[in-house]
Amino acid sequence: MNAMLRCLLWRDLQLVVRRKSDAVAALFFFIIATSLFPLGVGSEPALLRAVGPGVLWVAALLSAMLSLNRLFAADHADGSLEQLVLMPVPLTLTVAVKTLAHWLTSGLPLVLLAPLLGLQFDLAGDALAVLTLSLLLGTPLLSLIGAIGAALTLGVRGGGVLLAVLVLPLYIPVLIFGAGAVSACAHGMSPWGGLSLLGALLVLGVVFAPFAAAAALRVSLE
Amino acid sequence: MGFSTIHWYRYASPQAFYPLAGTLAPLFLAIAMGLGLIGLFIAFFVAPTDFQQGEAYRIIFIHVPAAWMSMFIYLVMACWGAVGLALNARLSFMMAQALAPTGAMFTLVALVTGALWGKPMWGAWWVWDARLTSELILLFLYLGAMALHSAVDEPRRADKAFAVFALVGAINVPIIYFSVKWWNTLHQGASISLTKAPAMAAVMLWGMLILALACWAYSIGAAMLRVRCIIAEREREASWMNEMREAE
Repeated sequence: MNAMLRCLLWRDLQLVVRRKSDAVAALFFFIIATSLFPLGVGSEPALLRAVGPGVLWVAALLSAMLSLNRLFAADHADGSLEQLVLMPVPLTLTVAVKTLAHWLTSGLPLVLLAPLLGLQFDLAGDALAVLTLSLLLGTPLLSLIGAIGAALTLGVRGGGVLLAVLVLPLYIPVLIFGAGAVSACAHGMSPWGGLSLLGALLVLGVVFAPFAAAAALRVSLE
Repeated sequence: MGFSTIHWYRYASPQAFYPLAGTLAPLFLAIAMGLGLIGLFIAFFVAPTDFQQGEAYRIIFIHVPAAWMSMFIYLVMACWGAVGLALNARLSFMMAQALAPTGAMFTLVALVTGALWGKPMWGAWWVWDARLTSELILLFLYLGAMALHSAVDEPRRADKAFAVFALVGAINVPIIYFSVKWWNTLHQGASISLTKAPAMAAVMLWGMLILALACWAYSIGAAMLRVRCIIAEREREASWMNEMREAE
């Protein structure tokens, strides 16, 4: 069973590497969206420091959402998703592994890139560290919650917009705790409250989200 | 006929439930109308003017029942979805689907009346208070669930997807509420506290409770009417539906 799941992870990663444009485009979206904000709101360092955490987190949210339809849609289109469902492995684990592959190729690059973009918003060193840590805890949650939405909207008319409408309200707690921790740190308060809650949500998400996503996938493939 | 002699599971079939819903809907709507008139009479003519807020406080007679219903209907909808998923019963999914528009309507009413009350009281149409924000998100969840149902062509898949999303949303509603509350205390400090309700005159409370009951009766009646439409649409090919139509 482990070998099969490892194989699946490797396959998903290889697919992304061989079709780089999807993953890279979502990353570029993250960079461009954050770079637009100083042009829109003005470049005073105090203002940028105030809006920076929120802007970076919202951009991360939207960028993670853009890459969500990659999670199941291609496999659904060429029929391999049905084969994956038939594997002698619990569907929950299959979904968890696919979600992990999605996070490694969409969430992790955001985490690595965020400190660099944080510099554009004049964030101090410790705020940058908290930003990176909060994204490290938060982006897996974005992939996990997003997997439920992606499974529900599989092959549905106007799926992309519908996915956004379904998933964005569910992302709100992640946004609040993530951006809240960074702003707390920037204001000289302890960021650990927000980070601990993000960690708690991540544990909840890891346990329940693959289960819900697997149920949703079964509904969509019925 | 005693309670135990009626076969309650019989009404899990759309064929048996369709006429029952047809009897219950006007009954509940009439109750809603009666209680609503009594409640509104108390609200506008019996209840005294509030010495702090003046006449504008009277909007809570509609606002509070609507806010209660908006949350309660979401829970009921998620429960019907769960029953549907567990027992694979068609009628449960239909009930869940029938409740969604009423719930969304009450959420919208709560938001609009809240804004109308907030303008004279707080001097702002909208405040990013924890309750307001989570109510807005609740509206998004309702609209998302309804959009999902209408986007999927195949009814059975639409039903199940709707139920899964309603359940995921129901788990998220408390998390969203507490996250927004936490965020609110971080950003605004102690701004406006809605949690400490002022001691209310008994007659005001009675007015509110009667109107809340009216909203309950209305929700049941509206859901019954809507579920009849849904059954009629889904079962239009069924022989019993055609026989009933011919008999009429």
